[in-house]
Amino acid sequence: MRGATHAKWAACALAAALAATACGGGGNGGGGGASGVVSSSWGDPPNPLEPANTNEVQGGKVLDMLFRGLKRYDPKTGEARDWLAERIDTTDSRNFTVTLKDGWTFSNGEKVTAKSFVDAWNYGAHLKNNQRNAYFFTYIEGYDKVHPEEGEATADTLSGLKVKDDRTFTVRLTQKFSTWPETLGYNAFAPLPRAFFDDHDAWLAKPVGNGPYTVESYTRGSVMSLRKWDQYPGEDKARNDGVDLKVYTDNNIAYTDLTAGNLDLLDDVPASQLRNVRADLGDRYINTPAGIIQTLAFPYYDKRWNADGMEKVRKGLSMAINRQQITDTIFQKTRTPAKDWTSPVLKEEGGFDDGLCGDACEFDAAEAKRLVDEGGGIPGGTLRLTFNADTGSHREWVDAVCNSINNALGNDRACTGNPVGTFADFRNEITGHKMTGPFRAGWQMDYPLIQNFLQPLYYTNASSNDGKWSNEEFDRLVDEANAEAEPVRAAEKFKDAEEVVRDEMAAIPLWYQNGSAGYSDRISNVALNPFSVPVYDEITVG
Amino acid sequence: MGRYVSRRLLQMIPVFFGTTLLIFLMVNVMGDPVAGLCGDRRCDPATAARLRVEFGLDQPVWQQYATYMGNVFTGDFGTAFNGQKVTELMGTAFPVTVRLAVVAVVFEVVIGISLGVLTGLRRGRPADTGVLLVTLVVVSVPTFVTGLLLQLLLGVKWGIVAPAVSSMATVDELLVPGLVLASVSLAYVTRLTRTSVAENARADYVRTAVAKGLPRRRVVSRHLLRNSLIPVVTFIGTDVGALMGGAIVTERIFNIHGVGFQLYQGIVRQSSQTVVGFVTVLVLVFLLANLIVDLLYAVLDPRIRYA
Repeated sequence: MRGATHAKWAACALAAALAATACGGGGNGGGGGASGVVSSSWGDPPNPLEPANTNEVQGGKVLDMLFRGLKRYDPKTGEARDWLAERIDTTDSRNFTVTLKDGWTFSNGEKVTAKSFVDAWNYGAHLKNNQRNAYFFTYIEGYDKVHPEEGEATADTLSGLKVKDDRTFTVRLTQKFSTWPETLGYNAFAPLPRAFFDDHDAWLAKPVGNGPYTVESYTRGSVMSLRKWDQYPGEDKARNDGVDLKVYTDNNIAYTDLTAGNLDLLDDVPASQLRNVRADLGDRYINTPAGIIQTLAFPYYDKRWNADGMEKVRKGLSMAINRQQITDTIFQKTRTPAKDWTSPVLKEEGGFDDGLCGDACEFDAAEAKRLVDEGGGIPGGTLRLTFNADTGSHREWVDAVCNSINNALGNDRACTGNPVGTFADFRNEITGHKMTGPFRAGWQMDYPLIQNFLQPLYYTNASSNDGKWSNEEFDRLVDEANAEAEPVRAAEKFKDAEEVVRDEMAAIPLWYQNGSAGYSDRISNVALNPFSVPVYDEITVG
Repeated sequence: MGRYVSRRLLQMIPVFFGTTLLIFLMVNVMGDPVAGLCGDRRCDPATAARLRVEFGLDQPVWQQYATYMGNVFTGDFGTAFNGQKVTELMGTAFPVTVRLAVVAVVFEVVIGISLGVLTGLRRGRPADTGVLLVTLVVVSVPTFVTGLLLQLLLGVKWGIVAPAVSSMATVDELLVPGLVLASVSLAYVTRLTRTSVAENARADYVRTAVAKGLPRRRVVSRHLLRNSLIPVVTFIGTDVGALMGGAIVTERIFNIHGVGFQLYQGIVRQSSQTVVGFVTVLVLVFLLANLIVDLLYAVLDPRIRYA
C-alpha cells in the first residue's frame, strides 16, 4: 500500500472521469497507516452506534474506546473498578448513592455531571427510543412505566433516578441487588453529552464521548478513524496515536491483509485459518477465554421434556457428548469443554467452579446409555437438535455432537441436526415456543458476574429463559443471593443455585468460547478483555 | 426510431413492477427480521413491536409494497436496520461498483476483441490454438479460485498490489479485481469475436473490399469487424447488468464495498429495504443496458432499422 501512494494521484485523475466521489477523503484510506496509528479490522455494526443500542462486539469496540462509565472492568481480571465513580454507597442493597469524581469532561469540553448519567439512562430505558439494551435498566424503579411490556409509556423518566447535585445522584431499585454496582461497567450505562440529545443525527455521524479516543472521521460502513484524546483525564490514556477501524467484507480477506502487512490487528481469526495461524503469525496469535458459554437448552413448555425422570435423560445426553474431542478437532482448541454453567473469566472468587458439573459433564458412554434408558428414553425416539445454519459454522459441531450421542447410545438415529435457514427465523421459532427438542443457546456475558450467567437464563420468566425452565428452589436461592451484601457470600449463594441447575440439568453446558486475535509485528502489548474486545488503549506501536 | 424507443420504455413499466413485486415477496418470505436484531436473546416485546411499526412490518404485505413503491417514486428508498438511508448506501456503493464494472468491461472489450480478431484472422495457426486453450482454462475455473489465487500470488507472495482494496476503491486498486471479474466474460468475448470474424472473413463484401484495393487495416476495422461485433455487443450488453449485480463473490474476496457487498449484508440481516432498493436499481440498469444494446445494432449494421 505504501508503494501505491504515488500511483494514487495519477489514478485519481482517471477515476474522476468515472465518478466524482473517487478521491474524497484522501488522507487515511491506506493500509499500514501513519506511524503510531493502529489499523484494526471491523465489521459494520448492525445497529446505530448508541451506548444503549449496541449489543454486539463490533459496535462494542467503538464504545469501549469512546466512553468510560462509572465502573470499568479490568481488562485482565475482569474486576469492576471505580472509574468515574468516586464511590457508590448503599445501606440496604436497594438504594444507592453515586458520587462522581471531579475533573471529567467529554471531549467537546462539556463537564460530565450526574445529569449526564441520568439523562443517558432515561434515554436508554425509554420505549420510544427503541434501544436494544433497554432491559439493562429493568432493575431501576419506574422501568415498567417508561418501558411497559405492551402499550405506550406512561412516564418520561425513571422514577428511581434522582439528581442531587452536579456530582451526586441516587438510584432506587425494584428489588435488592447487592452486586448491582458491579454491572455499571457495561456500555449501556455510559454518560452522554448534551450534543447527543440536541443534535442526534450529527452526533451519530461523529460520536462524542469521554473515553481515551475521539472520532476524527467516520465513513459509515467503511472506515472510522479514532485519534488519541490528549486531554483525557483518566489513567488509561491511549499509548498509541490512534486506531483506524476498517470494515472488511469478510474476515478471511482481513486475515490475508494481516499476513500481507497491510493490517495491524484482526480480532476473531476466521475458523478456516485456525490451522495455519500458528505457522503464519507464530506468537502474534492470542487465544484467551472470553465470557461466552455455549449450551443446549430444552423446551420445557413441551410436556414431554418437563416430565419426571427427564433430568436423567438430559444428564445422560450430557454425558454422551465427547466435549474434549470436539473442541480439539473442530474448534482447534479455541473452545474448552465446559465444567460448569458460568465462564472461567469470572475466576474462582467470582463463582467459577471447574468441579461443579463433575461427572455429568464428563464423557462416559456406558453411563450415558444407562441414564437415558432409565429416564424413559429420548421423547419421540429421535433428538432433533435445532440450530441456525446461516452463521457461525454451527453445522459442524451439531453433527459432531449428534455423532457422539449416536455412538454412545448405540443408535444411529438417536440424534439428528435440524437446521433453520436464518438467525432471525431461528429466534422466531424459539420465542414462538415452537421447539420440540434441544436447541443451540449461546450466552455472552454483559458483565463479569455469576448473576449474569444464571438469573437471565434460568430464573422463572427471565428475559433470556428461552426454554421456560422454572424451579422454585433456584428462584429462592437467586433472590437470597441478590440480597446478600457481601460479594463473596453472594457468589457462594449463586453457586448453590447453580447446583440446582446441575441436578436438574436445566441446560447442557457444551464449551467455553475463547476470543482470538492476530496482530502484525508493528504493534505489541495486544490483549483481549473478557468480552473478547481488544484492549486498544494499551497497544503500543513500533 | 423515436416510436421504437418509447414503445420499449413503456414495456419496461410492467417488467419493473413485476420484478420488484417478486423480489419484495421473496424477501418477505424469509420471515420476521426483527427477532434477529437482538442477538442471542429475546427482544423485549414492546421494543420489537415498535421496531416493526417503524419499519412498516406490522402491515399486510400488499400494503407494505404499495407504501414502498409510493416512496420510491418520491426518491425515498427507506432505511436500513442500522439507521442509514438506503439512498445513502447506494450513493457509496454504486460509484464503486460502476468503477469496477467499467474496468471489467474495458478489459473485455480491449483484450477480448483484440484477441478475437487476432485469432479469427489466423484460424488454425498456433496463436489461435494457444488462445483457445487459455480461454478454455479460464472458462472452466470458477471466479473465486482465480480471485483467491491472484490475490495470494500478487498480493501476499510477490507484494505487487495490496490484497485488499481500500475503502476509496480507486481505479488502480480495482485493476486486479476487474480482471478477475472480467475473466470468464473475456474468454467468451474472445471466442465469440473469433468465430464471427472467421466466418465473415470469407464473406463476399470482404472479398470485394480486398479486391477494390482497400488497405488491410481498413478492411478489417471498417468492414469485417463492424459486422462481426453484433453478437459480441449483445453479450457485453447483458453482461453489464450481470457485472453490476453478480460481483458478490469478487467484491467479498477483494474487500470492495460495492453493490454486491451491500446486497450480501442486506440478505444476511434480512434488511428488506436494502435488498429491494438495490435490486430495483439493478433491474433498471439491466433494462436500460438491453435497450442500448438493441439500439446499437442499428449503428453497427445499417440493414437493421427500427420503426
